[in-house]
Amino acid sequence: MKKHDLFFGHGLPYIDANDLLGKLIVIEGTDGVGRTTQIENIKSWLEILGYGVITTGWTRSRLMKMAIDRAKAGHSLNMHTYILLYVADFADRLENEIIPALKSGFIVLADRYIYTAFARSVVRGARREWIQQVYGFALNPDAVLYMKIDIEDLIPRVINSETLMERYWANQSGLGMDYWESGMDLKLGDDFYDSFVEYQRRLLQEFELMAREMNFYVVDASKSFEEINRELKNIILKVLENG
Amino acid sequence: MPNHLRQRHPYPGLLIIVEGIDGSGKSTQLQLVQRWLMNLNYKVFFTEWNSSALVNDTIRRGKKKNLLTPTTFSILHATDFADRLMHLIIPPLKAGMIVLADRYVYTAFSRDVVRGVNADWVRELYSFAVRPDIAFYFKVPIDVSLKRILTGRAKLKFHEAGMDLGLHTDPVESFKLFQGKILLEYDKIASEFGMNVIDAIQPIHDQQRIVREVVTNKLSDYVPLPYIANPSEVHHEKA
Repeated sequence: MKKHDLFFGHGLPYIDANDLLGKLIVIEGTDGVGRTTQIENIKSWLEILGYGVITTGWTRSRLMKMAIDRAKAGHSLNMHTYILLYVADFADRLENEIIPALKSGFIVLADRYIYTAFARSVVRGARREWIQQVYGFALNPDAVLYMKIDIEDLIPRVINSETLMERYWANQSGLGMDYWESGMDLKLGDDFYDSFVEYQRRLLQEFELMAREMNFYVVDASKSFEEINRELKNIILKVLENG
Repeated sequence: MPNHLRQRHPYPGLLIIVEGIDGSGKSTQLQLVQRWLMNLNYKVFFTEWNSSALVNDTIRRGKKKNLLTPTTFSILHATDFADRLMHLIIPPLKAGMIVLADRYVYTAFSRDVVRGVNADWVRELYSFAVRPDIAFYFKVPIDVSLKRILTGRAKLKFHEAGMDLGLHTDPVESFKLFQGKILLEYDKIASEFGMNVIDAIQPIHDQQRIVREVVTNKLSDYVPLPYIANPSEVHHEKA
């Protein structure tokens, strides 16, 4: 593999990443699309096939957990501080978890990756070129599987009696983290519903753009769990077979 | 949103920054500028590199546990700076004040590149920063800076000597190697960003005369009027 293919941008000059034996497979998709359930299923499937697998999520490594939580509790973040906290968090996870696992020959299943950060940052007003350059130290994945869904199909999945109650009581107790994840900081609508819909609509627009520009494998996530699952597995098998 | 670091900011205030290796005398020079400007009745605000609370704890914890890689170290400082920029630098600039900054983003450009990150990457990382109206670089040979530091105190600090980079087991030798690399980066940065290079071997008073000349030139077209975001609304409220 050529060096400029290995990293998304400028890379990590002080790290020799030419001996990565494993595969980095990314599952992207917006909140509530069912990524995490699919990843759990795919992990055990791969392990049955005899592959070593680790999964990694977006946010909250040991290093950054406290800084992010404290900042969120205070709601005093400006756009760049918010974005950069996540960049630091990812850099930590990349160098301390993802790269070591790939060097040991593991398949790394990433539940979200830099593309989530791109979408969230652009929606918050960051320059596209800036955020992409800042994440330039990231490894290019072997495949990005994008679980695509329309806003009309997404709403009933995320907003139902169970999640509404959960959200209400979480906010009451001050533990509600989705203030940020539903884009409430952007004040896009009068209430949580309007804000969520507008935020997700903008995120999906960004994902749509990236899916075309960055050659994602697009999987229709409005289908049943089994259908999506079969499609994801077929793509992953293809990626593994191609060395 | 353009690269702010490469064009004039829109605020009425003035941003004056000083850069240089430890022991270059930049802080002394900036203090003298502050005294002088305050004596002329200008509203002055002083700020230092790396002094906000948001990520200081994380940086300290990371340093202790050795979790910080060159990239996380660099991003954490940028995060810290973004916080300070919003709370401590832009508001006084909008209010038309003169902001004096002891070290600025160029400190990160030199130090982080020496630690191993890509030079273009770190410049892009900080491209949200406000471009200074005046940037001074106090250029001094390593031996002079070392002598100045060691007259003030007995020992070199761990990070100031770059001991974590493992360049040399002896702090003094490590300092020379580390700060030598920083100096090379500063030279590139000074010409890239058109900084005013001051020969920091000269007597303090001579350096300050040159510094004040440069600042005086800038003051001629400086009008300390606060910036009001939406004049029509303010007017409406009055009526």
